[in-house]
Amino acid sequence: MNFEDARSGGPRPFLDVRDLRVHFGTEDGLVKSVDGISFQLERGQTLGIVGESGSGKSVTSLSLLGLHKRADKHGKGGARMTGEILLDGEDLISAEPARVQELRGNKMAMIFQDPLSAMHPYFTVGAQLVEAYRVHNKVSKSVARKRAIDMLDRVGIPQPSSRVDDYPHQFSGGMRQRAMIAMSLMCDPELLIADEPTTALDVTVQAQILDLMRDLQREFNSALIIITHDLGVVAELADDIMVMYGGKAVEYGPAKTVFSSPEHPYAWGLLTSMPRLDRPVQDRLVPIPGNPPSLINVPSGCAFHPRCSFTELCGRYSAVGPDVCREVVPELEQSTGAERHLVRCHLPVEVRQQTYNEQIRTHL
Amino acid sequence: MLTFIVRRLFAVVGLLLVVTLATFFIFYVLPQWGGETIQEMARQYVGRNTSAQALQGVIDRLGLDKPFFVQYFDYVKGIVVGTQYSNGTNLVQCNAPCLGYSFRNYTQVWPTILQYFPVTISIAIGGAVMWLGFGVVSGVISAVRKGSFIDRFFMGISLTGVSLPVYFVGPLLALVLAYNNNILQVPSYTSISQSPGSWAGGLLIPWFALAFSYAALYTRLTRGGMLDALNEDFTRTARAKGLSESRVVFKHALRAAIIPIVTIFGMDLGGVLGGAVLVEKSLSLNGIGALAINSIGNQDFPTVMGITLFGAFFIIMANLVVDVLYATLDPRVRL
Repeated sequence: MNFEDARSGGPRPFLDVRDLRVHFGTEDGLVKSVDGISFQLERGQTLGIVGESGSGKSVTSLSLLGLHKRADKHGKGGARMTGEILLDGEDLISAEPARVQELRGNKMAMIFQDPLSAMHPYFTVGAQLVEAYRVHNKVSKSVARKRAIDMLDRVGIPQPSSRVDDYPHQFSGGMRQRAMIAMSLMCDPELLIADEPTTALDVTVQAQILDLMRDLQREFNSALIIITHDLGVVAELADDIMVMYGGKAVEYGPAKTVFSSPEHPYAWGLLTSMPRLDRPVQDRLVPIPGNPPSLINVPSGCAFHPRCSFTELCGRYSAVGPDVCREVVPELEQSTGAERHLVRCHLPVEVRQQTYNEQIRTHL
Repeated sequence: MLTFIVRRLFAVVGLLLVVTLATFFIFYVLPQWGGETIQEMARQYVGRNTSAQALQGVIDRLGLDKPFFVQYFDYVKGIVVGTQYSNGTNLVQCNAPCLGYSFRNYTQVWPTILQYFPVTISIAIGGAVMWLGFGVVSGVISAVRKGSFIDRFFMGISLTGVSLPVYFVGPLLALVLAYNNNILQVPSYTSISQSPGSWAGGLLIPWFALAFSYAALYTRLTRGGMLDALNEDFTRTARAKGLSESRVVFKHALRAAIIPIVTIFGMDLGGVLGGAVLVEKSLSLNGIGALAINSIGNQDFPTVMGITLFGAFFIIMANLVVDVLYATLDPRVRL
């Protein structure tokens, strides 16, 4: 297979997700958990996917590994997936399940949110690491065990040769997440997906785990996707950031640009609702009003419009009329400024930038 | 672990003492509270038409006129070190564990129990293997194929199994499969050392009957446990490692779902070993359960007391075994 990226004309990216849609047919209706997202990622690069619960970020990550039960031919009992997930040019959506299983844990691996529930309580840490290695490598148990000890050592677990025989409950939270990371790295994956890797951890441990992930990524030169609702997590690690809302990307671009000049009102909301040490204590956090949208009855037009405080402003500038946000679904379009800075908003670019500079930045 | 087992074994002894005290109280003290004289009690032991002199002999031999705690002490002493008593003409040695002498059968209770026990243990173990095997396999299949035809089929069987009593299923199977159609042997007991073939052949119907009613619980328990386990994060992790679906189901999910099943299995097996009353009685097999029913009908109190103690022993031991197994299976449990 030889894929050339049609849009940029350059060499094909390591991971190229094109118009990924993951829909679930339920009794209440079609749940459009992921509704047409595209992104690219190179080895050694980090993508942060940010959004609230229910924005589709976890579904996206599970789709990459093919961990959704696929719907039958009537579109029932699982996920209906369309689009392309090109990993090294190989489409994972149309691939045989056996092929995806071969890649899973091997070429692509995942770090889960809560290591206590994500590790099997009745097998030793070592046994679980050994298993992860031996699924994909025909080696003896002792060789695999040696590798398990090496990996535990590498992720900073003290006395790895004795801790390897401990059960997950005998590890502390941070140690468990380190062990989980070691498990995901057993087969030298080229794509590593971390689904809220620090959410279940102590604040003091979070930074250590993030440092560890950054070091390991440099060492293994893997592509890393970090899924989080915490902008602070991706601020330091990510090269690119994709903000998701209601199953769609609303803002996607280089991390520096998204942080220094975000243009989507939802991204502004995420920033203003984040506590910061460098602002006066008297300043109150500004929450985003309302709840995440239902993924069955996604609001018409821009999915964010019921919670957006700029719909009126939007209508004033639009050729469609005052109800543009309610009626027309905005496209993810190139903004001015940085290359590859895409925003899904009806507000004209200049107005967005002006509004951010005048009204939002001052509150950060 | 070892200290736990030793400590628990002491507790087992204590519990068994409590059981003996309770049975002894029920059979020797309560009748007297109810107004029964010791002469009437003695008559119950030997039958109706007995001379006053013979009755007095029985009272002397059993020590019915001694204070309660002396009688109880003698009873327990007999169980622990054995005792001697007169059967009217000779002095008989009753070795430990001496559970008393049955005047109805003119035998000692303990050898009688031992004589009936092979039938019960054969029924229990064969039935248990069947119900555990069928229950777990059908439960796993039901969980993996949740909502499918096969799931509904197994759930239907399981509902039928709980609903139909074993004394209906057993004779029905015997009638249809053995008496009318000669497909299986008529339920009977042959010693396994004599002929393993006829041992198994004669017990197939009781095993089916027992398994049919017990498996229902295991199917449901396994199905529920597996559905929970398959939804657990660690199952997703197992899949994310690239394990095959069969390894995910049988190694990771079943390993987590099996623990409550082991617990219930130990308790059930312990209970059945103390006498599979309904199966034995309804299929005319002479096991402990049938012996218990017959002894109750005959007012053969020493035998009833002996069987009660015997059954209690198995239930208590099953509890201990289950606790130890639990700690072995779940590393988070410390003993």
